[in-house]
Amino acid sequence: MAALSLSSGDVADDLSRYIHAAAGDERRFEIAIKGARCAGCIAKIEGGVKAIAGVSDARLNLSTGKLSVAWHGDTVQPQGILRRVRDLGYAAQPFEAPALLDADAREGRVLLRCLAVAGFGTVFIMGLTDAVWYGADLSPALREGFFWLAAVVSVPVTFYAGQPFFRSAWSVLRHWRTNMDVPISLALVLALGLSLYQTAQHAQDTYFDAAVMLTFLLLVGRYLDFRLRDRARGAAQHLLAMQSLLARRFKPDGSMETVAARELAPGDRIFLATGERLPVNGTLLARGSEADLSLVTGETLPVALAAGASLQAGSIITGAPATLLVTARVEDSLVADLARLLEAGQQTRNRYVNLAEKAARAYVPLVTGLAALVLAGWLLAGAGMAHAVTNAITVLIITCPCALGLAVPAVQVAATSRLFRKGVFVKSGNALERLAEVDVAIFDKTGTLTLGRPVLENGAAIAPDVLQRAALLARGSRHPLARALADAAGSGPMAANVTEYPGAGLEADGRRLGSAAWCGAGDAGQGSGLWFREGDAPPIHFRFKDQIRPEAKALITGLKARKIAVEMLTGDLAGPAGEIAREAGISLWQSQVSPTDKALHLKSYRARGLRTLMVGDGLNDAGALALAHVSAAPGSATDVSQLAADLVLRGDDLGALIEAVDVARKARRLVLQNFGLAALYNVTAIPLAALGMVSPLVAAATMAGSSLLVTLNALRLVRP
Amino acid sequence: MNGMVVVIAAALLMGLGGLGVLLWALSNGQYEDMEGDACRILTDDPADQP
Repeated sequence: MAALSLSSGDVADDLSRYIHAAAGDERRFEIAIKGARCAGCIAKIEGGVKAIAGVSDARLNLSTGKLSVAWHGDTVQPQGILRRVRDLGYAAQPFEAPALLDADAREGRVLLRCLAVAGFGTVFIMGLTDAVWYGADLSPALREGFFWLAAVVSVPVTFYAGQPFFRSAWSVLRHWRTNMDVPISLALVLALGLSLYQTAQHAQDTYFDAAVMLTFLLLVGRYLDFRLRDRARGAAQHLLAMQSLLARRFKPDGSMETVAARELAPGDRIFLATGERLPVNGTLLARGSEADLSLVTGETLPVALAAGASLQAGSIITGAPATLLVTARVEDSLVADLARLLEAGQQTRNRYVNLAEKAARAYVPLVTGLAALVLAGWLLAGAGMAHAVTNAITVLIITCPCALGLAVPAVQVAATSRLFRKGVFVKSGNALERLAEVDVAIFDKTGTLTLGRPVLENGAAIAPDVLQRAALLARGSRHPLARALADAAGSGPMAANVTEYPGAGLEADGRRLGSAAWCGAGDAGQGSGLWFREGDAPPIHFRFKDQIRPEAKALITGLKARKIAVEMLTGDLAGPAGEIAREAGISLWQSQVSPTDKALHLKSYRARGLRTLMVGDGLNDAGALALAHVSAAPGSATDVSQLAADLVLRGDDLGALIEAVDVARKARRLVLQNFGLAALYNVTAIPLAALGMVSPLVAAATMAGSSLLVTLNALRLVRP
Repeated sequence: MNGMVVVIAAALLMGLGGLGVLLWALSNGQYEDMEGDACRILTDDPADQP
């Protein structure tokens, strides 16, 4: 379904809610901008906005697509800024950053700061320890001085930069569970402790450098992983901002103000122009209109409505501009069932145990058990307590899952960045792992397999010159059917004196285009379509239907070739549904499925142990998207669907899904390979450590070596 | 021996200095828009023109 944005600026909108007060009397206003991607765009937009009298600063962030404008006092009208950006040729919407994004940004800054500190520590301590290892003529006093200096630097550095691991380890340990961060934290603390003890004993085996380097390497993996996911989330967020859930509300004095849709309360009266989407449930006031319910029910063609009709959120007004009485808040506007389903789905997701966690569950008891055995073994063999403990700790340090800790993030970074370039935004961390396991793909019809907008059906039966004359009128309207007619006729002129009669049709030079009644077709053709009458000639009927996406058939064939069964569920009637299913090559389909039934259907798959991929765009799909094993939504989908989906496809090319499945499967293979490599390293290192034959130099070298190995292996995914 | 102390102290200070500069740049938002900054260098600053 094509997103229709509000064209604020036409009416006296009040955008004051989007203006933040900064220091002093400075005001800031943020706009999401679409289409800016080069130096020229920056100069054009910033220059254009700065030229507005009163604007003191305008800065466009190209990475996030956000323009931040500042001015002092009440000198500038925000509408003027929006209009200026739109006049320059870019789509623009006021932007409201959700609190969630701020938390993400903070997490990123903390990781980066830790990374910087760890990087400094690594370089500094490497310089010191290299001198110890290679400087044969170093006096014992100087060597010990170097060790103390290393201790003074590495202990605070590790404890500061290792925070992300310590926190994560503590949060799972408190609940008697475990993850990869537990052995990592254990190894870091033990390595530092053992090194301090060794230094105090005037011994030579210290692991200060290993502890700091380990922290640094692991942080690199963490940070890159975070950055990419953050970028994908940001891109998805931007898509949503461009859809903009704004509403025009009548103030008590009759004037209109623009507010965020979630501020609407029952009893408010809102105004919707032709082509706008209803953000909340409401009833139609005053007069009848016509609405496109495809996002709500999956039905493609507009439905006529009488005054007093109740409409669900997601309906698009296609008839006369309408005034509506709000009957529910945004959060209550989804059917209550749907909201509950969404939540239930999220909970099942959270219970998903990913590969790294599975590995950690097997790994932690194994390694700690091994260390205990080594301790007992040395004690039985008659070694002193200090010697036995040292060797046991060496086992723990050398088995620290540095490679395991990098194995998953490295692959994810490679996979996510490759998909990002292809226009697939991976929003959740383990979405790719889940996608690799899919057995069944379930598609929604309207807007997912189809374009979700009407296309002229009987164009071949109509004389080209008639079509051109009808298009002269149609080009002047925003009505979806008129637009479809204009699309079919191609580009051309528009009649100069078109008058639009909302709810009826268009008129110019004695020609009429519109409903059956408007063109005097009587009730010859009930229901949908457009009629065109020239003078007294008999009216001509244009019929429309939804059309399958060009790439749909290839997508279905591709999925089947990858041993994924395909099914279609739609709220539309059996007739059009069967036709689309046949065209797409889907043999298994159901029509007139309600949102709840869609969700139940997915639940039944889950009960049978099958893993589902749900692809949908409408409000009626949100529950199913949340309940599926993994879900995807096209970029044009409703905000709820995009929030519920794990993958969001930029643009409308569904074909990218095939690429996503391939990359996900390859990523899974690489993760397993990486686990194998890490295990191989441990199998060779543990016996040496247990026998007390591993020096700190060997430990540092093998750790870095195995990390490098898994990272290089993961990079194989970047190449197509 | 004295020379060693001076060299090590200098290395530590330089390292800490670099770290400080990086942290300062981070908190000043200099890494917020890498793409945009890469592009900005291409535009002529109107103030530079004669």
